[in-house]
Amino acid sequence: MVLTVSDVTKTIPQSGQERPILDRVSLHLGAGKSLALTGESGSGKSTLLHLVGALDGFDSGEIHVDGTRLSALDDSGRAALRRSCVSVVFQQFNLIPSLNVAANISLQAKLAKRYDPNWEDQLARRLGLTPLLSRYPEQLSGGQQQRVAIARSLAMRPKLLLADEPTGSLDEETGNAVLALMLELVTESKTALFLVTHSQTIAAALDRRLHLSTGGLT
Amino acid sequence: MSVSRFLLCLSLLAPGSGFAQGFAGLGTEADGFAIPKPSYRLQFPADHGAHPDFRIEWWYLTANLEDENGESYGIQWTLFRSALAPGEAEGWQSPQIWMGHAGLTSPTEHFSAERLARGGIGQAGVTLGPFAAWIDDWQMTGAEDLSRLDLSASGDVFSYALKAQAESPLILQGDHGYSVKSPEGQASYYYSQPNYRMEGTLTLPSGPVTVHGNGWLDREWSSQPLSENQSGWDWFSLRFDSGDKLMGFVLRGANGADDFRSGTWISATGEVTPLAPGAFQATPLGQAEVAGRTVPVRWKVQLPEREVSVIVESLNPQSWMDVAFAYWEGPVTVSGSHRGTGYLEMTGYE
Amino acid sequence: MTSVALLALLSHWRQHRFQLGALIVGLALATALWMAVQAINAEAKASYAKAEGFVQQLDQQNLVSANNTLTVADYVALKRSGWPLSPVLEGRLKVGGQWVDLIGLDLLTSPQIPAMSAPGAQAAEGELLISLLRPPGGLIMHPQTAAELSVSELGLTIHLSDTVPPGSGIGDISVVSRLLAKPDSLSRLIYLAQDPPDRNALEQLPNYIRFTSAQNAAIEPSALTESFHLNLTAFGFLSFVVGLFIVQGTIGLAMEQRRGLFRTLRCLGLPFRHLVVALVIEIAIIALVSGLIGLIIGYFLAVSLLPGVAATLSGLYGAEIENTLSLRPQWVVSGLAMTLLGAAIASSYGFFSLWHLPILQAPSTQARGQQVLRNFNGWALLGAGLLALGGLSLIFLGGLSGGFVFLGCIMLGSALLLPFCLWHILRAGQRLTRHPLGHWLWADARAQLPGLSLALMALMLALATNIGVGTMVSSFRLTFTGWLDQRLASELYVTARDDSQGAALEHWLEEKGLRVLPIRSQVLQQPMGQITIYGVRDDPTYRNNWPMLEVLPDAWDLLAKGKGILISEQLARRRNINLGETLPLPQGWPNTVLGIYSDYGNPHGQAIVSMPQLLRNAPEAENQRFGLRLDPDDIPTLIKEMREEFDLDRESVTDQDKIKEASKQIFDQTFRVTDSLKLLTLGVASFAMFTSLATLWSQRLPQLGPVWAIGVSRQTLAQFDILRSLVMAGLTALLALPLGLVLSWALLVVINTEAFGWRLPIHLFPLDWLWLIGLSLLAALLAAALPAWRLFRLHPSTLLKVFSSER
Repeated sequence: MVLTVSDVTKTIPQSGQERPILDRVSLHLGAGKSLALTGESGSGKSTLLHLVGALDGFDSGEIHVDGTRLSALDDSGRAALRRSCVSVVFQQFNLIPSLNVAANISLQAKLAKRYDPNWEDQLARRLGLTPLLSRYPEQLSGGQQQRVAIARSLAMRPKLLLADEPTGSLDEETGNAVLALMLELVTESKTALFLVTHSQTIAAALDRRLHLSTGGLT
Repeated sequence: MSVSRFLLCLSLLAPGSGFAQGFAGLGTEADGFAIPKPSYRLQFPADHGAHPDFRIEWWYLTANLEDENGESYGIQWTLFRSALAPGEAEGWQSPQIWMGHAGLTSPTEHFSAERLARGGIGQAGVTLGPFAAWIDDWQMTGAEDLSRLDLSASGDVFSYALKAQAESPLILQGDHGYSVKSPEGQASYYYSQPNYRMEGTLTLPSGPVTVHGNGWLDREWSSQPLSENQSGWDWFSLRFDSGDKLMGFVLRGANGADDFRSGTWISATGEVTPLAPGAFQATPLGQAEVAGRTVPVRWKVQLPEREVSVIVESLNPQSWMDVAFAYWEGPVTVSGSHRGTGYLEMTGYE
Repeated sequence: MTSVALLALLSHWRQHRFQLGALIVGLALATALWMAVQAINAEAKASYAKAEGFVQQLDQQNLVSANNTLTVADYVALKRSGWPLSPVLEGRLKVGGQWVDLIGLDLLTSPQIPAMSAPGAQAAEGELLISLLRPPGGLIMHPQTAAELSVSELGLTIHLSDTVPPGSGIGDISVVSRLLAKPDSLSRLIYLAQDPPDRNALEQLPNYIRFTSAQNAAIEPSALTESFHLNLTAFGFLSFVVGLFIVQGTIGLAMEQRRGLFRTLRCLGLPFRHLVVALVIEIAIIALVSGLIGLIIGYFLAVSLLPGVAATLSGLYGAEIENTLSLRPQWVVSGLAMTLLGAAIASSYGFFSLWHLPILQAPSTQARGQQVLRNFNGWALLGAGLLALGGLSLIFLGGLSGGFVFLGCIMLGSALLLPFCLWHILRAGQRLTRHPLGHWLWADARAQLPGLSLALMALMLALATNIGVGTMVSSFRLTFTGWLDQRLASELYVTARDDSQGAALEHWLEEKGLRVLPIRSQVLQQPMGQITIYGVRDDPTYRNNWPMLEVLPDAWDLLAKGKGILISEQLARRRNINLGETLPLPQGWPNTVLGIYSDYGNPHGQAIVSMPQLLRNAPEAENQRFGLRLDPDDIPTLIKEMREEFDLDRESVTDQDKIKEASKQIFDQTFRVTDSLKLLTLGVASFAMFTSLATLWSQRLPQLGPVWAIGVSRQTLAQFDILRSLVMAGLTALLALPLGLVLSWALLVVINTEAFGWRLPIHLFPLDWLWLIGLSLLAALLAAALPAWRLFRLHPSTLLKVFSSER
């Protein structure tokens, strides 16, 4: 299993009280498999994704990513995990505006010391980014930017790719095209995909679907 | 110290720029300075005083002394006069520069001190009636005919005060006091009192010592002491137990030139005989490392015409006068055909 | 990993070149002023050290005469009794209209001086010595001095050595005594032995000769120049702080703008530590580049300021420094260190906020307004604390250091209070305005305040400094001019060639029925520094005009009877002597203080006795200078007659106006440095304002968009922008005014009295303030012009973007 979530609980402070946002959530995901997590706004699906991506801490339970116990990691351990094992694609793309497309794509791979120009060429070609490599993010459309974000997250060959509403800022047609490309690449590279979305249509394209409603999975 | 270079340049050893000119017109005036003339006859007491028209001059007294325990000592009291220009002027404008050297030697220690002063203001000078030569608080005073002298000098750690009583008349060196110093004819006026009876007190770091002995005064003035081809001199004043005395010097030739040797024999009865050029012979026998240079401190001295063949040996090989213009000067003992004591001065050893 | 992160961070500047430029220029300017001041200080200190080192060797232990009557005979007598001494003759000589201090040494006995062995000396040692000794002799001078003087007039060989203090010539005593025409007198005798003389030896000294050692001689100039350099340093530091305001603003903005970048980098797995290291490297690189640029600017700034500083020092304190600047490691290193330190301080807040930056959510922008107010309140509290501390330091610390602490606290405290005051003023303005657009204008100004507050603080400090220093200099000038009028009461001043000509001249003038006021004096060497004592005739000229500060009722009568002395303000302050008390002087001098008069610009003590008293105590006092009272119309005729009769040259006869003119020129030259520094500080502050406004520009679009959308034209918005800047700068200038006045009070009453020894009355110059306020408005106008122009030229689509890209 690339990802195992067991009995994870997370509360957040709200109006002076601790409000549980995730209550004993468990799930697992194997290599090369994809899982869609759906749920209403505020159901905690993004929070779960952040926990899995070692971006945030949880109160109890345990998460294993590629055999690593997240609860045992300190800040730098989590940074190392993010650098080498898990990639995140955000709704807002989060590209670095001052770097061009090529530099953005290679950034994480270089940080992880796993820079492979051939793989990057391949990614760029597959995602149709080759002619755009020397452009800057502000010169790209939303769909193009998200493709750059996907290329960046796959460039370092993660075991687990996390995607938080990756098509949320895109129109439907573009979104579908981007999603299709992402799924293709994930399957080819045997990367596990954990995708958060509110769209049932998108969820339907993945191997498995889980629904999160106020704290629990169904 | 800068003064050494200055004095060096000035007159004592290396001929200054004006010298070549003076040399070319030998016998006339050098740089405006007067030149010794063979015809001149010394006049006393006037010539005991200073001769500001000549470039250099000295009053030079050395003495071999002994304390009550028979320990040997030597002292030196010297006043040099050196002129930037001939003549005298009032106050600071005086071109006359005075330099005092004092030395005190024992078999194990040697002390030296030096004073510098300008003429014109009264800090140093020589006056007659009665005789007085002084620089700062050092002085040599006494009778106008130099038959009796009181001398004193001091350094940081030593001092001495001595009385000198002449036991014979003055003697004139060379030709009636005209002493030739090189084959080219450089010359000086030169007379001596070789026969002082000395007594007084030496104050050493270890305490005062009462001493007595014999002293020798040299008076010399000139404007061209050395030729361009001379690098220094070795000067001997020897007092034999027989009562005879020998003054001899070697002006060492440089640039391949020959040494120039001369001297005077003074018999026990006071008879003075100038030596023929070359008659006096002095050969170094032993060297010593002194103040970073090699200096001959053991000599063989010969004067065949008087059957003199002696070894002259320094009382203290380290008799280095550590003054602006440094040289070796100290008491010596004489052994061989004659026995006795004396003083040796050596300059120009680099 | 760090290098990848560093490249990502640095890429930010490619898109924000103006910001980078502002950062570099800000740091460079801050460094430049600081470095210039450091360079000047280092140069001056090196000059002092050289001069002191020079003097020290000759000045450690001396025999001096209580009333400067040491003779060559004294020297010879002491030498002949065994004293280890070397004589020194010092004096001033006028060479082609310029004075040079001559130091005559007996080169045969003097301690070795650096000029004789320095490689800078042109001739080899021995030849140099001979050339100095052999008639006509020579002098050794600093190249600068030799270049300034018409040395050929002396007919001597001049040797150059930069070990000789500027303005001096050193030579053998034979040469100097001839030049000064003093064959018999000496200034002092250097004691050559290590150990001081024993009691016996001291007792044998004649009663008018004293032994002094450097330990108990007051080194007045160094204490005075110290305060001048402290002043300069304070100026440099102020500019540095002003520069840091620019840097802090820019770095803060860059941090703010890159929050997203930081978050993304951390999401991608960059550890926090590496991010910090990369940021530190980034700032260090920028700081070093700026520092080097600052170094170059600072060097040239120092080169251009140095002559002014040299003039100030020689004018105010009589200390000569060299006019050339050398690159000294101490100020290069200190300058670069200051740049790094400054960048670190300026970026510390940015790092602090970075520490608290969460990886995930964006900072909430809601509570910003409240947060800002809380910040301003905190600053104001701190500022009030500093003001209190300043007051306390004045009371409890006192002295020069107390004065400077007071200045520092007041300046910084007021700066910290500024945003709080402006905030409340703007809010009051908002409340009082009914017109909706006006209402918005006030509110918008308030919204801009956080971004502008640092620049405004800088502006206020610069303005206050300008007002303070300007008031000081102008007050000084006014007082000085008035004092000159009083002091130079005689219509004509004549200098004779020597005493005998002086006597003849005096006789001749009196026969013509003129009132002649001889100017004769004697210098006394005292353990606490020298005093020049003047003798005056009992004449209404003095009674009516002399600039007395405090005086006993019948002072002039008592003075005329030889019953007392008048002393200068500096002397009174230095010795802490009041009216009626006695001034310690050698026996015979009248010493009851009858009055205290002002004597500006003189580093040494001065006193006045009646002429008979002077001549009784110092019969040899020169009689060569005279003041003449006559009808101004008769001056040309008299000058002509005098010249014909006594063959006096042009410079020997000077009328009052000429002396006044020359004095004022010296005065103005003295304060030229201050003027330059004032303007430079204001310039830096204006630049701070410009960069703040320019960097605020992009942040302001979201605020302007909605106003534009509801129908306010871009032209009006641009005008408002300018108006707002003017209002802010104007308010700041008004608030700077009281601070500047406090500053000038501190400078005039506290610092001046302590540093120079004279107290000055404050004169206010409201026209100068108007000019300064105008200048700050102009600065604000210029600073706002570019952003306003950009706003005016803005394409509507850019404003529309505000709505589409807002999230």
